[in-house]
Amino acid sequence: MMTNKQPLTQRLSWLVPTIYIVFLLLPIYWLVNMSFKETSEILSTFSLWPQNPTLRNYTVIFTDPSWYSGYINSITYVVLNTLISVTVALPAAYAFSRYRFLGDKHLFFWLLTNRMAPPAVFALPFFQLYSAFGLIDTHIAVAIAHCLFNVPLAVWILEGFMSGVPKEIDETAYIDGYSFPRFFVKIFVPLIASGIGVAAFFCFMFSWVELLIARTLTTTDAKPIAATMTRTVSASGLDWGVLAAAGVLTIIPGALVIYFVRNYIAKGFALGRV
Amino acid sequence: MEKTWNNKAWFMVLPVLVLVAFSAVIPLMTVVNYSVQDTFGNNEFFWAGTDWFMDVLESDRFWDALTRNLIFSAIILAIEIPLGIVIALNMPKKGIGVPICLVLMALPLLIPWNVVGTIWQVFGRVDIGLLGRTLAALGINYNYVQNPIDAWVTLIVMDVWHWTSLVVLLCYAGLVSIPDAYYQAAKIDGASRWSVFRYIQLPKMKRVLLIAFLLRFMDSFMIYTEPFVVTGGGPGNSTTFLSIDLVKMAIGQFDLGPAAALSIIYFLIILLLSWIFYTVMTTSDAQG
Repeated sequence: MMTNKQPLTQRLSWLVPTIYIVFLLLPIYWLVNMSFKETSEILSTFSLWPQNPTLRNYTVIFTDPSWYSGYINSITYVVLNTLISVTVALPAAYAFSRYRFLGDKHLFFWLLTNRMAPPAVFALPFFQLYSAFGLIDTHIAVAIAHCLFNVPLAVWILEGFMSGVPKEIDETAYIDGYSFPRFFVKIFVPLIASGIGVAAFFCFMFSWVELLIARTLTTTDAKPIAATMTRTVSASGLDWGVLAAAGVLTIIPGALVIYFVRNYIAKGFALGRV
Repeated sequence: MEKTWNNKAWFMVLPVLVLVAFSAVIPLMTVVNYSVQDTFGNNEFFWAGTDWFMDVLESDRFWDALTRNLIFSAIILAIEIPLGIVIALNMPKKGIGVPICLVLMALPLLIPWNVVGTIWQVFGRVDIGLLGRTLAALGINYNYVQNPIDAWVTLIVMDVWHWTSLVVLLCYAGLVSIPDAYYQAAKIDGASRWSVFRYIQLPKMKRVLLIAFLLRFMDSFMIYTEPFVVTGGGPGNSTTFLSIDLVKMAIGQFDLGPAAALSIIYFLIILLLSWIFYTVMTTSDAQG
């Protein structure tokens, strides 16, 4: 009798994640469904799948530079930001995980407070600051601005991973005659490779999804795709089909990134601190 | 780990310091600057003292937005944290199901926030949305554009849809780090499902739960893009949260003084609440 009870609840346990995933996918499915319909069909008929599937909406996006340049802009500043964040965070995380120094705890806490700063607070001063440096509407401006929340996060995650590496490894390398930079690049970085992957994943994610700051700092040349969407919608009188197609296309880079890091996500969460 | 005292470590922290100072300290100083000055244009500023702060603290607009924000965060946390734990407990532990679950669940996290708003805006529309149409067909009078309660429900369901996965992933990571030996020991002792959860799984998840709680609190308290896209703060002001109010003030009306004062108050509230949660949760951890 006792053995009978346990398997029943366990056999049904797959239902919970399944229902949850269906709930997650329904709205996304609806968007995909709409992206293959003509706007007139969206407005006139209600169907669970496209009656006359069309690629028109995607053609519009891939042939109009004002649309597809948005993707290039977004990806450019997101990649730039990820590179900058991880590069500067690596030595800092090493310092926090290995050494005690004057004001280290305060500095660490101060860094984390930046993760708590509402982007809305920074929108206006950012605009003025980057105008003063003539950086408005450049990719680097958005990349640096996003460092506000990504660098603290990267330091936090990497510090967690680095603390998991025994200090004896550092000492052995020094005894073997490694200089610090060589040790760091040749031995230490490969040891925390999965940590770097996780940190990069989170930097990519938070930079990719952020819109308020990215939109404030750009006008045309570096405008992110997400902002292009809001503008075009208001201008063209709601072309729902193109809007849906653009939305679907913004989901794809994220989905690709998740697919590549899928085996590290759970591990990274557990070892690191996010 | 024993750490050595080494002030030269400052050089390693320096790049981060410079970068964050550029993107945080300078803008923050601008805000502080505006919050204590007034202007009639032409870049002529004069000292206004704490007038702007008094203005903000005495306005109903601020307190209403703050109340809405607090209620929103409280509801979000009350739903997402338990739901996340339940889903994580029922996730498959090995096999092909694991990567499928992880990838599909992480999907909403990587959708740009305004697209999340767009998805739900479309999904909930009575004329073309699946949800709106279904509810209408069931005879439920649902319209998030006109009815404040419907607008709130939509925003809450949207946030649950958007962010519960973060809690799930964190809890799941905490769960997989528990060695099998713990479960075997519990089985030998004849522990019930509940006591396994209470005495093995929950303590092991404590750290990740703290992180999940703090991240969800901070982000729900700063929420801007999604409600802005879906409801635009309406109907009326019923979904105008602090961020929306602030952007309206700073960029819409260009009221720099009050906007700057509000910014500082806003930031301080988040810092204070995060610090309180952190302290309370870590001290209870030390006792338990």
